Amino acid sequence: MSKTIMEHSEASEVFNRDEPYVDWHDETLWFVRQKRDKSSKLLPEWEELRETASQIKNYVLSELDELLVQFEQKAKENGVHVHWAANAAEHNEIVLNLLKQHGITAMVKSKSMLTEECHMNEFLSKNGIDVIDTDLGERIVQLRKEPPSHIVLPAIHLKKKDIGDLFHEHLGTEAGATDPQYLAEAARQHLRDKFMTRRAALTGVNFAVADTGAFVVATNEGNADMGAHLADIHIASMGFEKIIPKQEHLGVFLRLLARSATGQPVTAYNSHFKKPREGQEMHIIIVDNGRTTQLGRADFRNSLKCIRCGACMNTCPVYRRSGGHSYHNAVAGPIGSILAPNLDMTKYADLPFASTLCGSCSNVCPVKIDIHDQLYKWRQVLAKGGHVPQTKGIGIRAMSMVLSQPRFYQWSGRLGRSVMRTVPFMVNNSLNPWYKQRDMPEPPKESFRDWYVRNRKE
Amino acid sequence: MQTREEMLRKIRLNKPERTSLPANIRFDSQYEDTESKFVETLTAIYTEVVIVKNWEELAVKAGELYEGVVNKATTIPELNNWADFSLNVADPHELEMIEILILKAEFGVAENGAVWISDNYLPHRVLPFITQNLALAIPRSAIVNNMHDAYERLTDTTGWGCFIAGPSKTADIEQSLVVGAHGARSMVIFLVEEA
Ligand code: SF4
Repeated sequence: MSKTIMEHSEASEVFNRDEPYVDWHDETLWFVRQKRDKSSKLLPEWEELRETASQIKNYVLSELDELLVQFEQKAKENGVHVHWAANAAEHNEIVLNLLKQHGITAMVKSKSMLTEECHMNEFLSKNGIDVIDTDLGERIVQLRKEPPSHIVLPAIHLKKKDIGDLFHEHLGTEAGATDPQYLAEAARQHLRDKFMTRRAALTGVNFAVADTGAFVVATNEGNADMGAHLADIHIASMGFEKIIPKQEHLGVFLRLLARSATGQPVTAYNSHFKKPREGQEMHIIIVDNGRTTQLGRADFRNSLKCIRCGACMNTCPVYRRSGGHSYHNAVAGPIGSILAPNLDMTKYADLPFASTLCGSCSNVCPVKIDIHDQLYKWRQVLAKGGHVPQTKGIGIRAMSMVLSQPRFYQWSGRLGRSVMRTVPFMVNNSLNPWYKQRDMPEPPKESFRDWYVRNRKE
Repeated sequence: MQTREEMLRKIRLNKPERTSLPANIRFDSQYEDTESKFVETLTAIYTEVVIVKNWEELAVKAGELYEGVVNKATTIPELNNWADFSLNVADPHELEMIEILILKAEFGVAENGAVWISDNYLPHRVLPFITQNLALAIPRSAIVNNMHDAYERLTDTTGWGCFIAGPSKTADIEQSLVVGAHGARSMVIFLVEEA
């Protein structure tokens, strides 16, 4: 068995060595998931909103070329420069050339998973450009020289002591200080200095609006705006699936995004960039990097509907108990496990197996991506393509570490039963090694443990 | 150019059958009272709401709320006597000194506490972010129920605009909420009756 295939399970094994830590990670993410539940229940139209968002995104996939051309035309009319990049290398070259043209060697960056996907920071730093990540969580992981472990909560795997030690070393905070208020203040002042001195800013794009040529960037910290409005040149990088047809569609997506991500009714800053300010240059880079290929895979193209809310990670029992880094891909969790094999089937063959197929991800996804079905389908594709030489073994071993934790059984048992009662076909398949190895019994309505706990209370 | 054509060609080749946009993309929110919902939402996101009769009363309230503060700036002519920091700067970096800023904005959204502000209201885009503390003033009558209503109302054709909901915040350190990440450390919304 090749080494790459074992990566998720190996990484999970390391992650699971410290049981109190894993419990803490698990509970922290579950808490975010519960905030999402509470927030979504306040909207009676929640399910209709999800359906509407899903339909808009279906339309987007079916009209992508026309929408992109329309967006490009409008953006140009607005005085914005539009670039197209076929892959990560082209994207990174475009950024580097723009900076070189302006004689810029230092840049601030707000959250952009696309630049993580393109490994842009590494490339730029090799070429003499200093990139500072300005989102607090991203700055933390950047100082630790590691990638974000979550697309919305980049430093969710760290405890405040880790951050205190890190800031003591890099920002000169007091040794042993762990007060979040104090640490965040230190970061604020450290990063203010960067904002005041950098002439270039790069931001991600949450939504690009075809009928106005505007793009929307959502943050809670205000870092995208601080960077962009002070810089001489603003570069915005977007995967081409970020396009939506009309401005009014933002109403649907902005209602769903923050509620799904953190349970907030909306992010603190939802900035609509249309034209550069006077004297400023604004550039948009539209990136493919495997997306056209994914678009051609009928079973997996729906993954391009993703609005990167992170809800599928927060709810995933495997993500919660294995951590984002175990997925060894820019985007972790259930959605990352669908996106990654598209880029490299050998390298990421393990990821679709890092799932119990419980379906919780699909249930929370605000654009109704059939995440767990796609994970199941990837297993078949990977097995047929010879990327998974020992199907059973991999599935079992990939999962065994995570599943061997007693607390995991409490969760997965409860999830598993409801899944089996509602959608038995999903669990009962030959590629679910979980199923193959055990005779799946008729699921009891109540596990012994639940019964025991209930009776002890009574 | 070659990349562009190639990307578009692949998209055309690989995209699914055309589907149509949903007929209905807006939903109504039923609140007993839009303003109380707005106030309730803002309170939950660490924002104080102050109702004033007119700009003169706003000036008085601002004097009380930010007593003793220096480097106060505003875009509201009626508050010129209150302010001691001019926004008439060529380089936006000079705005870093601002301690409190009171800005006129367009309208608010009850469901999430967001307020729309844009180039129409700003001599410098960075203003609402660079100030240490922020207050936005909107007409008391300018509150809509939800984001669908907001986009219906939004006829703004300026180059940049933003829905701002509460002060800047982060929970990146062990999920503990800290107010005042990079942007404003505090936020007040003034509802002006005779605006
Ligand atoms: S797949 Fe769905 S739930 Fe997961 S990040 Fe994307 S939009 Fe959110």
